[in-house]
Parts: sequence; structure tokens; C-alpha cells
Amino acid sequence: MSDITKQSLSELVENIKSKKLSSSEVTKAFVERSEKSKELNVYITEDYENALNKAKTFDEKPNLDLKLPGIPMAVKDLFCTKNLRTTAGSKILNNFVPTYESTVTQNIWNEGAILVGKLNCDEFAMGSSNETSFFGNVQNPIDKNLVPGGSSGGSSSAVAAQLTPITIGTDTGGSIRQPASFTGTVGLKPTYGSCSRYGIVAFASSLDQAGPMAQNVKDCALLQEVISTYDEKDSTSIDFKRNEYSKELTKDIKGKKIGIPKEYRVDGMPKEIEDLWKKGIEYVKDCGAEIIDISLPHTNYALPTYYIVAPAEASSNLARYDGVKYGFRAEGENLIDMYEKTRSEGFGAEVQRRIMIGTYVLSSGYYDAYYLKAQKVRKLIKNDFDEAYKKVDAILTPSTPSSAFKIGEKTNDPVSMYLNDIFTVPVNLAGLPGISIPAGHDTKGYPLGLQIIGKAFDEQNILNIAYAMEEKINFKNNITDWWIK
Amino acid sequence: MSKNKSEYLINRHDNQYEVVIGLEVHAQVTSDSKLFSTSATKFGAEPNTQVSLVDAAFPGMLPVINEYCVKQAIKTGIGLKAKINKRSVFDRKNYFYADLPQGYQISQFKDPIVGEGKVILDMPDGQKEVGIERLHLEQDAGKSIHDLDPKNTFVDLNRSGVALMEIVSKPDLRSPDEVNAYIKKLRSIMRYLGTCDGNMQEGSLRADVNVSVRKKGSKEFGTRCEIKNVNSIKFMQMAIEYEANRQVDLIEDGQTIDQETRLFDTKKNETRSMRSKEDAHDYRYFPDPDLLPLEVSDDFIENLKSEIPELPDEKKKRFIEKFKLSPYEANILVSDIETSNYFENVIKKSDVKLATNWIIGELFAALNEKNLEITESPISAGNLSKLINLIKDGTISGKIAKTVFEQMMKGDKDPKKIVEEKGLKQESDPKALEALIDKVIDDNRDKAIEYKSGKVKLFGFFVGQVMKVSGGKANPQLVNEILKKKL
Repeated sequence: MSDITKQSLSELVENIKSKKLSSSEVTKAFVERSEKSKELNVYITEDYENALNKAKTFDEKPNLDLKLPGIPMAVKDLFCTKNLRTTAGSKILNNFVPTYESTVTQNIWNEGAILVGKLNCDEFAMGSSNETSFFGNVQNPIDKNLVPGGSSGGSSSAVAAQLTPITIGTDTGGSIRQPASFTGTVGLKPTYGSCSRYGIVAFASSLDQAGPMAQNVKDCALLQEVISTYDEKDSTSIDFKRNEYSKELTKDIKGKKIGIPKEYRVDGMPKEIEDLWKKGIEYVKDCGAEIIDISLPHTNYALPTYYIVAPAEASSNLARYDGVKYGFRAEGENLIDMYEKTRSEGFGAEVQRRIMIGTYVLSSGYYDAYYLKAQKVRKLIKNDFDEAYKKVDAILTPSTPSSAFKIGEKTNDPVSMYLNDIFTVPVNLAGLPGISIPAGHDTKGYPLGLQIIGKAFDEQNILNIAYAMEEKINFKNNITDWWIK
Repeated sequence: MSKNKSEYLINRHDNQYEVVIGLEVHAQVTSDSKLFSTSATKFGAEPNTQVSLVDAAFPGMLPVINEYCVKQAIKTGIGLKAKINKRSVFDRKNYFYADLPQGYQISQFKDPIVGEGKVILDMPDGQKEVGIERLHLEQDAGKSIHDLDPKNTFVDLNRSGVALMEIVSKPDLRSPDEVNAYIKKLRSIMRYLGTCDGNMQEGSLRADVNVSVRKKGSKEFGTRCEIKNVNSIKFMQMAIEYEANRQVDLIEDGQTIDQETRLFDTKKNETRSMRSKEDAHDYRYFPDPDLLPLEVSDDFIENLKSEIPELPDEKKKRFIEKFKLSPYEANILVSDIETSNYFENVIKKSDVKLATNWIIGELFAALNEKNLEITESPISAGNLSKLINLIKDGTISGKIAKTVFEQMMKGDKDPKKIVEEKGLKQESDPKALEALIDKVIDDNRDKAIEYKSGKVKLFGFFVGQVMKVSGGKANPQLVNEILKKKL
């Protein structure tokens, strides 16, 4: 089969299970395509040789009962992988090789998948365009000069360019859904507590969640069912009954009540986003669901709240990168000097900015006015959703206020960059699941996404709605392989 | 002069100053593993051999609370007759230091696991109650070693993440003696509970000492200074004495006291400024998002209450009521769980009064001389009990018992065997004694006549002679009786 990399995860799994394809053939195909795609800069660390060897070993004694039998997969470089360098996109972890494996990736390997490499991302997942990575920006396969979104930009680009059949990202304020939207792919941010955070380089602990990024909803459901497990090693992991999302997937969403929040009609939103949303509403109606207007009154406060809570936690989470124990160290005259040099040389500008913001909002005299206030507003935002869910089963919004922007377009304007997260951030603050699916193109032909937000632990429901809409939308990505010479 | 004999006051010119002391005691929780990881906590292990990925703060590592440490803290709270908070919160205390791998210490700031309680001190002039403000759980930091290399500092993370209880007293202490009594009592309670071994040499118990002074009678507190990390009672007392006098001197000199953190230099016996209030760290406390608030149920607390042993105050009361011990004796015997266990083992099968005297008297003196703890006593409780029974049933005299006791101190031998082997058994056979006494009277005819003619003082001479002839084995009581008849 010549077009292995064009197959979806579900197709590949089926073909390996029915022995039409071997793991080696599949792995080789993705490795070869990855090798031809260096220009996209999606990989921080490649592990092709090991991957091919593992595929060979798998084929010698294939366990075809597994959910991801011999499937090659590259993952975001925020997941610690045993014996393979894990950088979090930062110079400060440039040479860091973990001796341990994150729970989420371990779950994936336990189901037979094979690690191919580590994907580029914004430094410590702080960014919306993958431009803050120490390892350079990533190209969006849609168009040479477009950002792939962030922070899981390497992941979105790799899935869209078919360098990996599926992948995982992490989402603190939209880092899975926004890049999925920018690349015409599907990205799910699960309920907080659904996927273990053990072994994931922390950005903001109360918001971080790992999730699948895929070419279609079915693949996304399958990976979610693999990665979501209760984990005693993460005190915020929640022990709830997890579905077999892919098996229970259905397009029957008749009678479901879908809420449309009026506050998401933000000032200056491009008409094409407004039109996309209207189209989405029509699709949902076509599927037999009911549309209900709702209000999420504190939406306006979500972004400022997020930009207090997330940097506050980050400023503390990143204190461990001090040059003492592991990672990059700059020599200094004394301890303080060593700290200052290590951290100012080791961290990029955006990370430093957020550490400063976080340090400021936690400092005595400002704590009550910022951090404590933000926590109160966060509660109000969550209450908004709780109220809404008394009337509706899910909420439909655009994923982002625009399509992918140009590389360098927003790097000097952090506030405009932050505004990109306006529709995704409230979901993290409320700890809810949200999925972005490709729903159309703007006038330039760039993909646009719609977001479906669910009740806590109700991943199945939003996957079902996405599955039903996917069929109606019938989205096709316009990818020309321009980077392959 | 003060009315109260034990009142501790500093006199300068015509002024009398009272010293106000509050302690923040850091007690290491007795636990095989750390507060948020499964690493071992054994003292004296090779550097960096008891360090997990969590303790060394590797990327993506997360803390998981050790339930046993939570139980230990609650038990301690119960022992301090304190309010147990069913909901408490772990916060991050942020600061940079080479032996603090996370860049923050996980502690409890606003919502500690234990609230207000109290400790009763037995002072020479009566009991004194010291209020407990709170007890919270926190992680210890690692250890920086500065003196192994001229240029580099070494870091040992074995202690990193070890569970500590910080026990904060109210500013209720008024003298170095009270501080001594307070630490000893706290230590005693925790050792009864098995929640902290109280070993100060190994750093299991250390304290930050807050000291201020005020004119006697004043209700306002003076400005306090905090003396950091003092690790022996003696040093605490010396530090307080120095610091209180320093503060009084400043006041008398018309100066003000700066609120600051100070260090006690044990070599120079003085406190030195470490940092002023202005330089104080901004710890940027906030709730640790990696840990949910800690919630415990009523059942959980009730179960722990049922595991609490009899504590020193209750034991003392029982000893006084049941065994008719004096408060002084009871205090000594309950001060340490090992001593009270020893005592209770001895009296299982022997006389309480004799046991009390022998333990407080002979045994303590002998152990003291050899610098031994009661747990290291060469004489087991069982054998001391046997010795006491030999005295009680008249087999040996109290005097012979001391000889036997000395033998026992050299190696825990059954006192009966010593008595038999050395022929130390007391002569209590009246006929044998009569024969002995007759002989003594015979040998000292002239003295006997003198006695009969009224020189009664000579009675002692005859007792002495009989004892001498018997090799000390004659039952003194019987000797007395028979002598009186015969003379």
C-alpha cells in the first residue's frame, strides 16, 4: 500500500489487526514521510531507529488484541518519556533525559503503540503559535507562512501533515483546541482529572490536561479511551467510570439540547467566524438536536482571570528549573548569580514574562487583589456553566476568533496573542471537556474550527455530537505537500 | 523582690522586665516514608540515597499525601488536647535555595490540620498552662554542606520531603525554665504517642524561639525577635537569656528593638542579626494546586482517638490516686514513656513503694553514673522486681540488696542466683540468731553490764557487733528484738 500515511488511525488499526499491514510497514511509512518533512520543524527529537526496531519486535509476536497494535506515534515534548530527551521546548531542559514515563504515554505504549519522536511545542506550553519554542517555530502544513497554533503546534502540524497517525497534546488554556482549529484537525481537551498529569512537565497545575489530537472524531475517541485512567500518582486524578468512547460512539444526537452562549459574540469578531457558527447551528439542527440560547455572564472575565491564575501557578511550578539538579546551568559567582544567569539564559522571553506576572500577582500586598479575586471569579465562571447545564446538554461555540495567523504577526503583541484563547480559556477554568472539530474555511482557504463544550465527565456526549456534525460538515483539508521536494 | 520565688525577671536600675517567649517547634514525624513520597527517612544514611524523583523535584513529578503522617499529626493534636480541623489546605511557600529542589516548601498556611490546644507544665510552684496556637504539617528541606570543599556547596536531599509538624505555642512562656519544661513535656507527649522520637541530636526536634521583653505589669507585648533553628534545650535557654538581656539593654539605653530574625552562635553564646523585617522573604503562599484540600471524617478522627494511649497527665493522676505516690514521684516516673513502662512492669509483681524508691533512687543514680537511658538499663524490670520481692519477704536486707544491685548492674543476673551463689541470704532463724547474740554478749560481758546499769547508748554497739559477726546477713529487725530481750 503506497498511501499508508493517508489512512486514519482506525483504518491502520484495522489493517494491522487483519494483517494487511505490518507495524514495520506502517512505522516505516511515517518515518519516511517525517524524514521528508524536516522543513515543517515538527520534531524536537526523532527516535526513528528505535521506532523501527520496536515495530520489528512487535511484528515478530504481534498482540493484535491491543487497541493501538504496533501504531507509530509521535507525542508532544511535554510528556516525559523514559530514556528519550524531554525538553518542554525549552533551552533549560535541552539535555534532560527522564528516567521515567508519564502515565498518559505509558497507557499508550501499553496498548501497543510505538514512540517515533517528540513534537515541538511552545516553551513550557506557554504560547498560542509555537513561536516561543527554543527549537524554532513550526510550519503549518496548510500554508508555509502560517503558524500551526500553540502550544501543541508540533502536534497539530504533525497530524495535519500525516507525519503521525494521531498524537497527544496538552491544553491549559486552549493548547489542543486552538492548534487543531488552525490545522483542520480534531482536538479534545478532557475534563480536568480525566487524564493523569503524572510525568507531564507542569505549566499550570489546576488547568493542565492532556488530550488526543486526531484526523477525525472516531480516532480521537479511541485515543481518549486509552489515555484516560485513574492514577494514584496524581492527587487531582478523578476515579470515575470511564466509557469505551470509541465503541459507544454514535451519530444519534436527536433531542440533545445545544446551548448557544450570547457572550461569545465578541466585539470585532470576523464575519466569517459568525457565519461558521451559524452554519454549525444548522448542522446540529439537521442532526435533530435542539438549539437553546443561553447566557454565560462572566465570560468577559475569563481571559484576565486565566492570565492571573496560570502565570501564578507557572511561576511556582518553574522554580525547580534552577540549574542545581538537572538541565541547563550557567556558571555564576555565587548561588544567586548562578540562579539569575541560569534562568535568564535558560528561559525565553514569554516564559520570563509569565514568571514575572505570576510572581507579582502572588506577592504579599497583591495576593488578595489578584490571585484571590481571580479564584473567586473562576468560581463564578464555573457557576455560569453549572447554571447553563441545567438547561442544555452541551454548548456550541467557535474554537478561535480567527483562522491561523502569519508567523511573526503577533509576536510583539502579547495581548493580541492572548486574545486567541478567548473561547477556549473558560473551559479550562471550569475544568470541563471541550472538543474542536474542523468546520469550514475562511476566505483565504484556511481551516476554522467549532468547539463543543460538555458537562464534566461527559466526553462521550461531546464526542457523539462532534461525530454527528463531522458527517454533515464533510470537511476536507487542502494540504498540498508543498514542503516535500 | 517578687512575691513568686520562681518568677524570672531582669532587673536594670529601678526597672523590672518580664520576658515573653513563644516557640515554633519543628518535630519530625515518626514515619518510615516521607510526607509526599515513598522514600525512606532513616537517619544517618549515605547522602542522597533516600531521594525519590518527587523529592528531587523532577519535571512532572507530583506529591501524594502520606496518610500515615496525617494520622500522626492528628494523634499529636489529640495529645495536645487541640481542635482537629476536618478540612486543611496545603500551601506552597516559595523561595529559592539550593537544598529546596521544588523552589517551594509544601506547608500549611491559612488552614492547618490542628488548631488551638494546650500543654500543662509542672513547675516547682505549681502547674502552668501553655496555649498551643496551631500544629501544621510541612516538608523538611534538604541539607546544604558548605565545609567539604572550599569552592562548592554540596547538597544532601535525604531530608528533603521528610514530614515535620510545626507546633506553634502562644506567647505564654516566661522563663528559660518554663521553656525547658515545655519542650520536655511536648517531647514526652509525642513519645508517648509515638509520633516523634524527640531526638534532638538527630534534629528530630528543633525550635524557632520568639523573644520579647516588657516592663513588669505591662499588658502590651514588646517587639519580638525570632531566633532561628535552635536544636537543644540548653542552647534555647542560653539564647533566651542573652537575647532578653540584649533587648533590655537597648530599652534602658533609650533605643528601640527591630523586629528581626536572629541566629544563635553557640560558640560565642550570643544572638546575631540574620535578616531584618524589611529583608524578610516574600514567600508568596498560595494553595498547592497539585493537592486537593485535605478532608478527614469524624470517624477517621474517632478511630485515632481510640488508639491514643494513656498520656503523662492522666498517668500521673492515676499513679497518685492508685499507688499513693507523691506528685514529685509521679512526675518523675511519667516524664518519659520508657520510665513509666519500666515502672509499671516492675510493680506488676512487687511492692509499689519499694519499687518507686529503688527506681528513683538506686537505679537512676546508677544509670546516670554510666550515662545510660532507662531502655539501656542492665537490670531488666523483671529482675528489679525480683530483687524488691527478696527485700520484701525478708530474704535479704536493704543493705545486702544494694550489694546485689551492684552485681546486677554488671550484667542482668537473676538476684536470687546472686544471693544463693554469694550466700547473701539474710539470717532470720531466731535460734541461730540467739546463738550468735549469746556469743556476742558473752564476749562483751563488761559492756553488757554497763548497758544494764543504764548506758542504753551501747545498744547500737551490740547491733553492730551482731551484724559484723553475721557478715551483714542477720535480719536487723530480729536482731533488735532478740537483743532487747537478752540484754
